[in-house]
Amino acid sequence: MELPDTFKKYFPFFGHNPHIIYLDSAATTLKPSSVIKSEQEYLERLSSNVGRGLYPLAETTTSVFEDARSTIAHFIGAKNEEIIFTAGTTDSINMAARLIEPLLSEKHTIITTELEHHSNFLPWKELARRTEARCIISPITSEGMIDTEALAHLAAACPAIIAFTAVSNVTGAINPVADIIKCVRTRCPGAIILVDAAQAIGHMPIDAKAWDADFIAFSGHKIFAPTGIGILYGRKALLESLSPCRFGGGMVLDAVADMPEYKNAPERFEAGTPNIGGGIALAAAIRFVESIGFAAIRNHEQRLTAYALHELKSALGAAIRIIGPDSIDQRGNIISFEIDGIHPHDIAHLLGENGICVRAGEHCAAPLHRALGLTATTRLSFSIYNTEEDIDQLVRRLKEIRKILT
Amino acid sequence: MSIYQDLILDHYRNPRNQKPVIAPTHQAVAHNPTCGDKLGMELRIEDNIIREIGFIGSGCAISQASASLLTEHTKGMLVEEALALDPEKTLQLLGVTLSPARLKCALLSLETLKKALHQHKNPPENLSTSQLPKK
Ligand SMILES: Cc1ncc(COP(=O)(O)O)c(C=O)c1O
Repeated sequence: MELPDTFKKYFPFFGHNPHIIYLDSAATTLKPSSVIKSEQEYLERLSSNVGRGLYPLAETTTSVFEDARSTIAHFIGAKNEEIIFTAGTTDSINMAARLIEPLLSEKHTIITTELEHHSNFLPWKELARRTEARCIISPITSEGMIDTEALAHLAAACPAIIAFTAVSNVTGAINPVADIIKCVRTRCPGAIILVDAAQAIGHMPIDAKAWDADFIAFSGHKIFAPTGIGILYGRKALLESLSPCRFGGGMVLDAVADMPEYKNAPERFEAGTPNIGGGIALAAAIRFVESIGFAAIRNHEQRLTAYALHELKSALGAAIRIIGPDSIDQRGNIISFEIDGIHPHDIAHLLGENGICVRAGEHCAAPLHRALGLTATTRLSFSIYNTEEDIDQLVRRLKEIRKILT
Repeated sequence: MSIYQDLILDHYRNPRNQKPVIAPTHQAVAHNPTCGDKLGMELRIEDNIIREIGFIGSGCAISQASASLLTEHTKGMLVEEALALDPEKTLQLLGVTLSPARLKCALLSLETLKKALHQHKNPPENLSTSQLPKK
């Protein structure tokens, strides 16, 4: 296993920003050289479009792009035709909502949860509004995890759709996805289940079949790939039964017919030129993660999380309220907190003046903040390039900030 | 240079006019969606002059200092003068240059003031507890 300190060397960011302490990887991760190089190589050497040209260069691009799809499919235990390229998690979830829309009416129910990022919340609220279906928000526990019992109870009424997150972007809670789905399926076998894997994808192995989800959404930029690329996984049998919701080039067999005939999945759902370089770079990011291994990543992140929890509590004592599960095993790489009498905006701003990057606010999770009685929180999130020294500096500065503001 | 200069820290630690107004004639609540902060403002306007002004709510140092400075500045002003206040003037009171992300914090007080000036209360009464930002 590599020494954690050596992970930094993969990220040219630190060459340009040697003094930055980046604790905002839940917002977006930094990019390793291998990923940057793969996108650059596409732009420089291949540059051509996919799926259309018959000349050798275009064929190469198509095969590199399709190889990327295989890498991604393999990474989450899926088939190639279950992988739809999108622009990111938000795009994936909105697309899933549009795909399901024709199946819904005022007789149906959609369930999402209080834990969700707005991008796994608003698309369902809006879908409910358009179709006159009912949207129910399943509650969370005081530790900021999905309340499985409550969700199971709601599932007994057989909702059409259940959408929930694997890992919370605020509490850092790792939900037991496979158990939740199993529990829900025994009560309502027919529900379409979508898992928001945005905060899980870079931190733990995902097996679509073991989860038994119908849709899985994630973004490339949360797993060391560029922004603007994401994935919507759809179970093959489900995708085959759905009509496309976006129309244009590359997805049609007979465009002239009165009733146009469309290609099979995934092409039928990928109208227009995709983010080719982004897709190739996402595959490179997956190879990067595989080269380090999830065991080492989890180990490193868990060690930092435990260290930070300990240091924050001992430096700030009763003045700090840490949100989320007590058990380190139920936590990912994220810690959100409140400090008595100091607004998160001031904390983030003053940390920022010292080159320490954290996030402050509601983190696109207003329902969660309401549910836990919070106005706003400060969020730290770790990745493999962080070290104990980063946390020491953060804690030192937090103590100074308390002196400045109280 | 830090934006947390003496003036801002002073108004943050010892806010002026952070209290309800007796028999307010105008009031409003405004909301900053990026941090969830709420600010309430109450005014008593007599003879077209802002006789009393107070704000209610907690928030970041910038929004609190801005509310303190702005209420101090507007007390005694003609309504027309207060309506003519612009973001530039508010930032001038704070005396710092802010990034776009913090502008919302700094200008929440101005937004609340303008809203309040248009919301005449008859008969005079204070903001109800349900409207009040949590302290
Ligand atoms: C849990 C969760 N879901 C969805 C998203 C949205 O991802 P994107 O902005 O890449 O579409 C995020 C990003 O912050 C997230 O943390």
